[in-house]
Amino acid sequence: MTKKAVFLVVPALLVLIFPLAFENPYILHMLILSMLWIVLGVSWNLLGGFTGQVSYGHAAFFGTGAYATAILVKSGQPPATAWWGLLVGGLAAALLATFIGWICFRLRGPYFSLSVLALSEVLRLVALNWKEVTNGAEGILFLPAFNDKGAYYYIIFAIAAITIFAVHRVMKSKLGFYFLAIREDQDAAESLGIDTTKYKLISLMISAFFTGVAGSFYMNYMGFIDPGIVFDLSKISIMMILVTMLGGAATLWGPALGAVIYILVSEGFRVYVGSGHLVFFGVLIIVIILFFPNGIVGSILEAKGRRERRTDNKDPKQVGA
Amino acid sequence: MTPQLAGQIELFLQVVIAGILLGGLYSLIGLGMSLIMGVMRIINLAHGELMMVAMYITYLAFSLVHVDPYVSLFIVLPALFLIGAGLQKYLITPVMDVESVLPQNQVLLTVGIGIVLSNLAQLIFSADYMSVPVSYASKTIYWDVNVGGQTISLSFNFPFLVAFAIAIGLGAALFLFLGKTDIGRMIRATAQDKRAAAIMGINTKRITYITFGLGAALVGAAGTLLAPVYYIYPAIGGPFTSKAFIITVLGGMGNIAGAVLGGLVLGLGESLGSVYISLGYKDAFGFVIFVLVLIFLPKGLLGKSSV
Repeated sequence: MTKKAVFLVVPALLVLIFPLAFENPYILHMLILSMLWIVLGVSWNLLGGFTGQVSYGHAAFFGTGAYATAILVKSGQPPATAWWGLLVGGLAAALLATFIGWICFRLRGPYFSLSVLALSEVLRLVALNWKEVTNGAEGILFLPAFNDKGAYYYIIFAIAAITIFAVHRVMKSKLGFYFLAIREDQDAAESLGIDTTKYKLISLMISAFFTGVAGSFYMNYMGFIDPGIVFDLSKISIMMILVTMLGGAATLWGPALGAVIYILVSEGFRVYVGSGHLVFFGVLIIVIILFFPNGIVGSILEAKGRRERRTDNKDPKQVGA
Repeated sequence: MTPQLAGQIELFLQVVIAGILLGGLYSLIGLGMSLIMGVMRIINLAHGELMMVAMYITYLAFSLVHVDPYVSLFIVLPALFLIGAGLQKYLITPVMDVESVLPQNQVLLTVGIGIVLSNLAQLIFSADYMSVPVSYASKTIYWDVNVGGQTISLSFNFPFLVAFAIAIGLGAALFLFLGKTDIGRMIRATAQDKRAAAIMGINTKRITYITFGLGAALVGAAGTLLAPVYYIYPAIGGPFTSKAFIITVLGGMGNIAGAVLGGLVLGLGESLGSVYISLGYKDAFGFVIFVLVLIFLPKGLLGKSSV
């Protein structure tokens, strides 16, 4: 336990003092993006990895979070600041989740996945065409609240920490066991008295909430959003899945690792290759799926489990366990 | 009949014609997807990217050695067949047998393949829009019809007309192939019940290679046929992948005849919707119909799902 605490606290402290030691804005930007993607990966993973409901359309929640905050800030009605706007973004996304869940949880497996994708694309088209509210393809420009990247760094760090902690707590609670039961066998879970639709919806809402907060943060940090960016299918929805599966779906830290690798590989190669830099990330994804089907962290845990089982088997009482 | 009414009818018929011609191409895209889905039970999310590859091959053949796009079908079809079969053999089949937490690893694999293809295209050809400037790109055939004393002039865009005819020809060839040849029967048997087919001595793995190759060749043909009338750019695949699975679901998973119908319905829906409802929401109709069909008619418009 103490060993575990050390493993958590030391890196956290290092991350916290990092901006004080280095003031390179490019590195800070990379770290901020990494943590943003940690939030996205970890929250997608709650629904896709732990609950087994693979969503191909999480950009719907990202974009809704971003637009909800942006529209609120632009309307200027209560003097909105970026900070409670984050919460508004999350709540708007969770609200949308109830609607999307109501429709899409009638379907299972790949049909669920594709129906979420379809609704997310519909939302993108609405954001593109409902010009009175969203300003259409011109997007919304917004003056960032801070000039200093350090402030954003700490905010996204806090969001990422809260997201990971929340998912950790959920998966340790009864709720988490319901989620796993639904993933393993939905009919069996139903027959044991679990209201599967309700718990799938809860999982989706939590996942959507954090995705929405991330969208809201993105909007605050970048100062500009348009439908093509925040509702993007391949750059947001699909990337959230790939980040998760790269690190390891249904593991707590897998998506976080996947997020960091994604930013390192894609931003790193952007410098040298320019456009088309994602080719390396694509190759990485193919290699991972071929050789580590459960992602990096998943495969490590698997190997560890196998070793433990092997040592356990020396104990006659444990044979067959 | 008043001239206004005649004008209305003219517009309506023109929109229907455009929709059906476009629908023919969509059918070709949907046929490939439906074939793959029927046999492998996976959604190929690199479908549009395969089409993009075909478009670039057409572009290269035209700009380097001045091969007419329709002639380049003879290059594109075998090339895409080999690419498709190779992808299936070396990447997708090995993943089929592997257990994983996410049940959709094969689908994610096709996503990865799509990312690699579109980014490779961007590296090689840059993100610029390219075109195949054939002399007949805007050639139009007019057909005057006399309706109630008023003359209605209907126009048919030549490349679209040729594309539609070739699409019908390829579709018919596919039907004959699946219905009459041994390999076609093996494909249908594998789609119906993979294990039983294997027990009957069918090499189901080889069948999946052939199926994916055929699917890729069909969508490749659609890409080549679109090349004279469309811009070519690396990211063109994404929207067409979405269209492909919309068509497939409309027609019923793995239902070949359904895919043709689904393509026509989507083409007509987009064309009518963009004129009579809203151009901006043109692409939304497909998605809305898609979700409605999934929920209320899960077996597609024809109500059965079989190859």
